[in-house]
Order: sequence, then structure tokens, then C-alpha cells
Amino acid sequence: MSNIPSDLRYASTHEWVRPEGDGVFTVGITDHAQDLLGDMVFVELPDVGDAVSTGDDIVVAESVKAASDVYAPITGEIIAVNEDLDGSPELVNSDPYGDGWMFKIKADDAGEVESLMDAEGYENSLDDE
Amino acid sequence: MSTEQNQRTALYQEHVNLNAKLVDFFGWDMPINYGSQIEEHNAVRQDAGMFDVSHMTIVDVIGEDAQAYLRKLLANDVLKLQDKGKALYSGMLNEDGGVVDDLIVYFFEETNYRLVVNSATREKDINWLNKVAEGFNVNINERDEFAMIAVQGPNAKEKAATVFSAAQKEAVAGMKPFYGVQAEDLFIATTGYTGEAGYEIIVPVGSAPGLWQQLLKAGVAPCGLGARDTLRLEAGMNLYGQDMDETVSPLAANMGWTITWEPSDRDFMGRAALEKQKAEGTQKLVGLVMTEKGVLRAGQNVRCDAGEGIITSGTFSPTLGHAIAFARVPANVGDTVEVEMRKKWVTVKVVKPSFVRNGKSVLS
Repeated sequence: MSNIPSDLRYASTHEWVRPEGDGVFTVGITDHAQDLLGDMVFVELPDVGDAVSTGDDIVVAESVKAASDVYAPITGEIIAVNEDLDGSPELVNSDPYGDGWMFKIKADDAGEVESLMDAEGYENSLDDE
Repeated sequence: MSTEQNQRTALYQEHVNLNAKLVDFFGWDMPINYGSQIEEHNAVRQDAGMFDVSHMTIVDVIGEDAQAYLRKLLANDVLKLQDKGKALYSGMLNEDGGVVDDLIVYFFEETNYRLVVNSATREKDINWLNKVAEGFNVNINERDEFAMIAVQGPNAKEKAATVFSAAQKEAVAGMKPFYGVQAEDLFIATTGYTGEAGYEIIVPVGSAPGLWQQLLKAGVAPCGLGARDTLRLEAGMNLYGQDMDETVSPLAANMGWTITWEPSDRDFMGRAALEKQKAEGTQKLVGLVMTEKGVLRAGQNVRCDAGEGIITSGTFSPTLGHAIAFARVPANVGDTVEVEMRKKWVTVKVVKPSFVRNGKSVLS
């Protein structure tokens, strides 16, 4: 059973979103996603300052198994990326909701997050897979 | 998708007990990893790991014409095998010179050999073995009553020895690479698919779980097919169905060294086609190395001044910390090629198709 924290929001493409206040949101991939991908070997992050729109592929997560896109779950500006993933991509596997975070985004419209799934909705979506 | 239940090895319950991630591997439920593929890979490079390879097919070839039959069947020549227990790697070719399968053959006597062939090709192989056997006085016996465990790594032999009986220890003492010996209930061979020292152990199905548990207690890490694939690729070993198949000449798959051309009157299966391919020239299999970010993957297109090619196997090398691959390319390829990765062409280095031996890089 994969871990799905109840205080986060989720996109159908397996990103999680955590509100940090002031319209800033931290984004990573879910425990379910990292488990599917297997050991992470490279994470190619966007640049700080990039303007991104919902659904843009902005991260390439390369695991032993495959290269996968990670999508912007909301529209906004990238204000930070997790540089620790450069040297330690395995953080995505060991701590997907903590040290394995990928980027922080300043939302154009913080309300957009409300359209994402809650934990229960995400769990149901996995059951349907 | 097959609706039939997948086959399970004698060690299936052991994998479940160890929380393995199981996948469908050509009709078998097999462990892809037990948590982390990279940790399992490193266990084999640095210490000792074990693999359930019971899905592989063991075939005994016994009879008056066994030697003559195998000299017809295989591109390598079993006449090279003179010491009891000595093993040989060979391709088994069709009449067009394509690779039906690759295998290891063990010699016991001129009337008694053992083959270990791939599992994905089992039915096809058995049919082919029987077809070529027409006119030869041989019996071809599949040995389903055995499981097989590969124990590999710098400490593999030492750790395996702790679970061997006195007689088994004596039987393997000083055994050189690429030999096998029957010692009580175990057939123990100094072969493998990782580029490390170790054993491949053929064990009766009923004793397999016990042996697995003993090896686990001896500190041998369970490793899945994921690590097996990155280890064999680092070691420069082909995977059937990926690096070669029936449509690929062994000459284009870095298997030229396994073809024994002399004596020239040995009419092995595929010889005539192979001689023609050799005269006309073929593509060749090379190694690729990319030290930048990213991973080379099977199926990616390759181009160079001499023409086009394709990556047949590619991965992130845990030992080297960067991407490596095999690619089938024009024979006169230069020092670099371009690889199409995610719609971009990236220049990577061409090397011999071998990357790691005994835990160390062989790249210059």
C-alpha cells in the first residue's frame, strides 16, 4: 500500500502539491510514482524563474527503468528547485514527500490548487488503474 | 496477455516472503527487485548476491552421437571441450545464420553433455534441438526437476562454501572459471552473467528453498532480474532477444569469437550463410559511453558518418555512475556517434562492448 499523506493535493499524473503559504507550493512525485519508476538515477529540473503552465512537462525523472516526464500541476513561476537531487536522486525514492521534493512554484492563481485531487480522490484514482 | 496462470519457480514463496516486486517475465512470475535494484547491483560488485534463475532451461544431451550432434548444432565447437566439466559459450544458429539462442554447454563425456538455454525461447529451442537431432542417435531431455541459483560477487565463493558439505567444498576447490561439477545433490559451476566470480548452482527443486535460505543466512543478498540486467550489460554480455535474435548475424552481435571456423569441413548449422555474411561484411556491436546526464536506452537511434544504427541495450551503470549501452552500427564506425535522445541528437563515445570486470572499470 503506498503512502498518500492527507494534507497534500494530487494531480492525476502523480505529482503531489503542498501549500507553503503566500501562494507558494512545493511539488514532488508520489510514493506510488517513485515505486513504479524504481531507483532514480537523474532528475533534470527546470530553471528558477521559468514561467510554467498547468500540464507542461518541466522535469525529466530518469530511473533505472525509464525516463518519465513530471508535469506542472498548476500555472505559475518556478522560484526554487531541489539541488540536492543533482547528487542524490535517490532522495526521490527514500523520501518522496520530504527531501525528495522537486521544485517550488509561485501560483498565478492559488485557487487553482483546489481543482486538484485530495488524498482520497488520488487513492481512488490508483484503484482504477 | 495470456489468460493462463504464470509459471512459478521453486523459489516463488521465498521471493514473496522477501517482499520482492514480481513481474511477468515471458510467462514466469519473477522478482525484478527486492526494494532497490541499485543496492542489489552494488551487493554483487562489492560482496555477494544471488539470483533465482530457475526459469532457465536445462537440457541434457545423451547418446552415442552426442558430440557429433552438438558439432552440427553449435557454431562453437564442442571438440574444444576435453576436460570433464569444462563449459563453452555458443550460439545456436538457424540455416540463415541468425541466432536461435545463446547457451552454455557443459562436457561430461563424448556421449553426455548438458545445455543451459534461455527461458524466453524454451519452446522454440526444444523444437530446434529436436529438429537438428534427426538422424543422430541422441536423447534430448529437459530437466524440469531442477531449480538454479546464481551466487555472484567477490565474496560469493567464500559465502557459498559455508553452506556446502565437505564433499562439495572438495569438489569445487581450485576449480577454474567455466567448469561445472556434480557434487552430491548439487551441480556447481563457475559460470555467471555478472562479470564477477561465483557459482551457478543447479539444485533439485525440493532442496532449492532450503539452499536459498541458507545462502541468505550466510549473508548473500537476494537480487532481482533488474540488477541482473545492469550487471550483465556492464560486463559486456549479450541478452538474447535484445542484442541478437534470429534476424541478427552473430557477426553483428559481438559473437564472432564464439564461432569456430576450423576445421573448415565442420558443417555446422548456419555455416554457409555465415560465410557469405562474413565475406559481404556485417554491422558490428560496439559499446557506447555517455558521461553527461541522461540514460541511453534500447531502441534509440544512432547515426554516424558511416550510416545508421540502433541501441540494443542501454542503462545507467551503477558501478560507473553514467550511462552505457550496446549499439549495432556500421562496421567502420568512428570514435563517436550521435544518439537520438528525447528528440535531441547527443554525441557519445564509442568503446569496446565491455565496461566493468571484477568490480572495476575497464574503460581506458
